[in-house]
Amino acid sequence: MATADKPKYKVIGTRPVRHDGADKVTGRAKYGADIKLTGMLYGATLRSPHAHAKIKSIDTSKAEALAGVRAVVTSADLPEQGDRIVELGEGAANMRHLTANVLARGKVLYKGHAIAAVAADNIHIAEEAIKLIKVEYELLPPVLDVRKAMSAESPVLNDDIRTESVGSAPASKDSKPTNIAKHFLFEKGDIAAGFAKADVIVEREFDTSMVHQGYIEPHNATVFWNTDGKITVWLSTQGSFSVRQQTAELLKVAISNVKVVPTEIGGGFGGKISVYLPPVAAMLSKKSGRPVKLVMSRTSVFEATGPTPGSHMKVKLGATKDGKLVAGEAWIAFEAGAYTGSPIGPACMCVFACYDLPNGRVEGFDVCVNKPRTNAYRAPGSTHVAFATETLINEICEKIDIDPADFRIKNAAKEGVRRVDGPVYARVGMVETVEAIKNSEHYKAPLEGKHRGRGIASGFWFNCGLKSAASATVNPDGTVSLLEGSTDIGGSRTGIAMQLAEALGITAEEVTPTVGDTDSVGYCDVTGGSRVTFATGIAAIEAAKDIQRQLIARAAMIWDVDASKVSYSDGGLHGPAGKHLSFKEIAAKLHGTGGAVIGRGTSSEATQGGAFGTHCVDVEVDVDLGKVQILRYTAAQDCGTAIHPSYVEGQIQGGAVQGIGWALNEEYWYDEKGEMRNATYLDYRIPTCYDVPMIDTIIVEVPDPQHPYGVRGVGEVPICPPPAAIANAIYDAVGVRMHDLPMSPPKLLAEILKKES
Amino acid sequence: MHAFDYQAPTTVAEAIQLLAKHNGTARPLAGGTDLIDQMRVGRFAPEVVIDVKKLKELNVLSVDADGLHVGAAVPCYRIYSDETVNSQYTALADSCHIIGGIQIQSRASIGGNLCNSGPAADSTPSMIALGGVCVITGPDGTREVPVESFCTGPGKNVLKPGELLVEVRFPTRPANSGSHYRRMIPRNEMDIAVVGVGASVVLDASGQKFASARIALGAVAPTPLFAQAASALLAGQPVNDETLDKAATAAREIASPITDMRGTREYRIHVTGVLVKRVLQAAVARARGEDIGYCRGH
Repeated sequence: MATADKPKYKVIGTRPVRHDGADKVTGRAKYGADIKLTGMLYGATLRSPHAHAKIKSIDTSKAEALAGVRAVVTSADLPEQGDRIVELGEGAANMRHLTANVLARGKVLYKGHAIAAVAADNIHIAEEAIKLIKVEYELLPPVLDVRKAMSAESPVLNDDIRTESVGSAPASKDSKPTNIAKHFLFEKGDIAAGFAKADVIVEREFDTSMVHQGYIEPHNATVFWNTDGKITVWLSTQGSFSVRQQTAELLKVAISNVKVVPTEIGGGFGGKISVYLPPVAAMLSKKSGRPVKLVMSRTSVFEATGPTPGSHMKVKLGATKDGKLVAGEAWIAFEAGAYTGSPIGPACMCVFACYDLPNGRVEGFDVCVNKPRTNAYRAPGSTHVAFATETLINEICEKIDIDPADFRIKNAAKEGVRRVDGPVYARVGMVETVEAIKNSEHYKAPLEGKHRGRGIASGFWFNCGLKSAASATVNPDGTVSLLEGSTDIGGSRTGIAMQLAEALGITAEEVTPTVGDTDSVGYCDVTGGSRVTFATGIAAIEAAKDIQRQLIARAAMIWDVDASKVSYSDGGLHGPAGKHLSFKEIAAKLHGTGGAVIGRGTSSEATQGGAFGTHCVDVEVDVDLGKVQILRYTAAQDCGTAIHPSYVEGQIQGGAVQGIGWALNEEYWYDEKGEMRNATYLDYRIPTCYDVPMIDTIIVEVPDPQHPYGVRGVGEVPICPPPAAIANAIYDAVGVRMHDLPMSPPKLLAEILKKES
Repeated sequence: MHAFDYQAPTTVAEAIQLLAKHNGTARPLAGGTDLIDQMRVGRFAPEVVIDVKKLKELNVLSVDADGLHVGAAVPCYRIYSDETVNSQYTALADSCHIIGGIQIQSRASIGGNLCNSGPAADSTPSMIALGGVCVITGPDGTREVPVESFCTGPGKNVLKPGELLVEVRFPTRPANSGSHYRRMIPRNEMDIAVVGVGASVVLDASGQKFASARIALGAVAPTPLFAQAASALLAGQPVNDETLDKAATAAREIASPITDMRGTREYRIHVTGVLVKRVLQAAVARARGEDIGYCRGH
């Protein structure tokens, strides 16, 4: 559904077969663990059985003596980092923490924390060898609850963390080490005056559990450290250049000594940006002189990669009885995990981002606990806060008796509205997504039956631009080989190829896109922030324009006219007196007119306009079991311009399903010792195809003026609304308000029974 | 994974000899759907794996005057494809449909499910409800143990070193009988029972009264349980909500579940009653020849 007139495109908006389709459906696509090199060794990692302990000693001698073992490494083999902060493309990292997360230094801070690694002739010997490594621990009490971790009495995880103040937060007076790594404060207007105007005020506390991205492919890395000092890393990652830089910094070698070759990737969702295995495999390779492969087990992926934080939130909203929001206040504490770095900043910026809120105050805390160091997960931080805000909005709507869609339309963020954290919106499509849901067949359809309910909720994500590069070579047969550096998670190579094809006036099939390694393509930031189709798309369009300029010069030479008399349009060159050469015709003449034509394009720090989505869900609750069945689901999202509508729909559906999992069953279930007791896909319950209906999508197109074709990133927003939409639907079905994720059967049943008694 | 030997005997006598010889360091392999995973994660490290799929006694699936014989290595798909099982021992067919997906059902056996002795095993409550008897052969001969007495704790059972579960035998089904197994899982597939209930009922000729019943519970105690009191109180009672509620209450009383990542103790006790009632209703409907509208495998 288009909500704005748009120019007619030839390629954009069509659904060509994806370029990597044949390899993927026939099983030939090479993923990280498929890498096999001559003489390759297999590695295994020794991980901490304790959540919090000092390492008193590590004895690797017995492992080293085992036949077939070729190298053993511990943190002593990695360079000291000291207090260095390094900018890594999508955020900065404290190198001391990064290296200690790769291999523990002096302390283990979560169960599964890597301590040592072995490379051996085969995986069985390697696994045997790690059992021979003796580690002496001094156990410390685990810190597992975010609020307890903030108290002055709590054991402190890191002796080098002091509270960093962000925004208008007062600087910490206490110079003692603390678990509170960051304190954010954003304010707008006068909240006391705002709440004074309110006819209705709702304030609730919310909790959410730590959850994992749940990608199917485990982390992996195969590394060869050659005798000339050149290091090659093969792995699946969201950012080859980020891996190159992190690996180089962790090993203290020049980035030009590290080449990263990205394989196909089996899901990332933000979790495959941080480096865990490459520096370890690199040191094992350096010591053994052989290529070394490390692949994580599923349990290690859960215990020792970067899930998204659990949280505790207190949110308060006030509105007038005629349905105008007047003030909002939020207090948000996120579990950073072992080291600082949770998405508390984005959470603070997103909590009221869907609305035109005149008065607001948002305070946030990044808090270290004995759990894995958290990382990005699809709209990091936004789903947590959408759960809180969007359920409060519906509670207000009920109190003042206004339709929740109308309330959202009335208060929607729009062009010119300033968020609590400062920025002012350009043209955005929040209103349009709510209208799309309000006008949908789903929202209009009556919902009948016992214990059934309907809920809606909205969500926001910024989307970022960052840096991208692409080059494109014209082949003599009139096709183009496109080389770009954004590892492809959701069909992006085809989406980028389509933009190049549109710009050149050729077909998508006439472009062959390749994701290059770090030595063959210009710098690209990570595949994250919903940026690739937007920013690498711009780079590809720039490369197409560069090709056009060069082809104009060739045509001018062939026709012996001034280049100013030649133009490029509709897939061909036009000169004086009706002279014309199609793209295919000029491509065939390149060899005789100066050789190869290679277009180059970059995109740097272009800003995206932000994206909004609104979802509608029908549920049925089994009131005796507390179990929720999703009956119908519709997601509307502003996608700017849908380049390849199938991939846009796929992103929306995938995000919604992950949000449904987060809403209903996914959680890190810890025992009192800090052990995650459900670190398998049997007990960490991501939804199966029996748990979700077809997710209907409504593509709303409000073109982003900052992209030539109006693209907005689509990947992240769809995970934000589902938990709140489902909570609202549960309330509609059975009259209980859920404030704790996941809304699993035991929790929901307890609330239902409480209401009945 | 550690290195181990593999043996595939062709007679029960040979299998028992091997098991006895390795005295506790050997493990039988039927479908392997539990064992291989347990070996991969290091929970078990047997020195010898004894494949029992080549033993003909363990592949029997037949009906005679004694009832139904299910060899310990018969895979689930053969069980639920069997006409007699489907029409008379339906709870067992329900269980075999629930265990894993198609690939798992092609290998996994109810003998393995029982010997793995998990409290949440999906076939054990059905076997108890249907009055199953384990036929065990060992160095000292053959003995029989009711299924409800087979498991002794999580992962533990009555098998002594050298003993092998050969088959589970189920008595002939009486007229006006029906059975059902159902479990509570948070998802709709690929999950482990938070609570599982199997029940078999026999109605009187009118179809309005219980003649007898057997109710079994899974995942609410260290072993699957035969809910004896709940079963006994149904005999002679009319089929109505009040009767079913009494059985549900009695079943709740013997549940002693733990709180873990799959559910809280309170939740499991509550759900035990809910499922007992639902399963009895379905078993009654089947005894009356009614369609219960149950979609197998969920």
